[in-house]
Amino acid sequence: MSSKWLWTIKIVALCAAGIAMVLAGKDFYEHRHFKEPVVLGPGVTKVKKLSTYFPPLKGTINDCNIYILDSGKPGGTIMVIGGTHPEEPGANLTAEVLVENAKVERGRLIVAIRANRSASTVTRPGDAYPRFYHIATDWGTKKFRMGDRWTNPLDSWPDPEVYIHYPSRQMLAYMDIRNLNRTWPGRPDGTITEQTCYAFIQLIKQEHVDVFIDLHEAELEYSVISTIVAHENARDIAAMVSMVLTGTEFKRPIGMEFSPKTLHGLSHREIGDFTDALSLLVEVPEPFLDRVRGITDEHLLLTGQDPFVMEAGKHGLLYEEIDERGWPIDVRVGRHCSTILKIAEVWSNMHLDKAVAIDNVPRYAEVIENELGHYFHNPAEVTPNRVAYE
Amino acid sequence: MTVINMVIMVIYHIISAFFAFVLVKSIVKTKNVQEAILYCIILMPFVLRVLHIK
Repeated sequence: MSSKWLWTIKIVALCAAGIAMVLAGKDFYEHRHFKEPVVLGPGVTKVKKLSTYFPPLKGTINDCNIYILDSGKPGGTIMVIGGTHPEEPGANLTAEVLVENAKVERGRLIVAIRANRSASTVTRPGDAYPRFYHIATDWGTKKFRMGDRWTNPLDSWPDPEVYIHYPSRQMLAYMDIRNLNRTWPGRPDGTITEQTCYAFIQLIKQEHVDVFIDLHEAELEYSVISTIVAHENARDIAAMVSMVLTGTEFKRPIGMEFSPKTLHGLSHREIGDFTDALSLLVEVPEPFLDRVRGITDEHLLLTGQDPFVMEAGKHGLLYEEIDERGWPIDVRVGRHCSTILKIAEVWSNMHLDKAVAIDNVPRYAEVIENELGHYFHNPAEVTPNRVAYE
Repeated sequence: MTVINMVIMVIYHIISAFFAFVLVKSIVKTKNVQEAILYCIILMPFVLRVLHIK
């Protein structure tokens, strides 16, 4: 081959590689930098940053928004976080429903929609997750980032051979050093995930949070599903909420279980141990996470319908029921909304001097009837200072 | 811990940049078309890493 032809092919190959890099890079860049608008509802009185409570986080990717909904009337403080694991969209969507709709009549509600923002900027390698998902609203379609369970390696790398949890020194899986629900209570000089947990602990202490609720979703193959995991300091509330919701609102029961005392790093264990807050973690089913699932796309993410997961259920391999209706996002968010409201009610009944009254948040049946998108508001219809970005 | 991680991360990026440079040099030098195309494909993840995109 002549030198001229060789150089022509080399230049063409380099150009093709360059175009492929630009196309792939554009997708990665768009996912990492996409900003979700959040309309500040009537109850939001202030939007702080997590770095307010731990300044070294300032300017980092995990310096997330902290939404304060203060009634101005004396009472207790309930905190809700979504996005601990951004591959569980029912959690951050529920947190956003609270921010865009809740009115607090007594006490305070504090919400973090994307507790681990870094983990919402990456999807799981090799699992073909969609980068985004879309919710139909009354005014158009709203777009959200799909995320992963772990902090983006761009922000925390390398992982150790074995992750030694601080301060228990319990040995955990190596990648869980990037798992926000394995790094509680965190430490100020740790990785960004540990620092994020440390910042939340400072927030809980400084804001005198009485009840902490961590929202999650789980695969049906996993035994901790459709349940409230409670630190022993919150067992009365969890038991009451479980019984009332199962008896009055939910078609499928919600259980309760104790936080294991010897399993460290989880919010329901460490927040109860290291702060004065009662700590609860709520799980709803998400068939998208099951290993036996079929096509992994946005449809599965939002409808929870999958014939392979159903087949596993027929063989008794699941811990939750599933049929052809699946587990739609409306049902999952509806369960989370009702669980939060019921926790607030039960807490308030047990602690009259520290009551928290939350209004204007849809319950389970309402979310299913009106569909989730009904509760997201149009950012174009409000003044710019009433829109925050996640 | 974070300091060690940061140092490793910086070294990793330097190594990635070095491999990207070596690959580009190999593309220029080689007289084999298949090798040139192969090096172009291998180059992509290194560039994306150096640019902190993926």
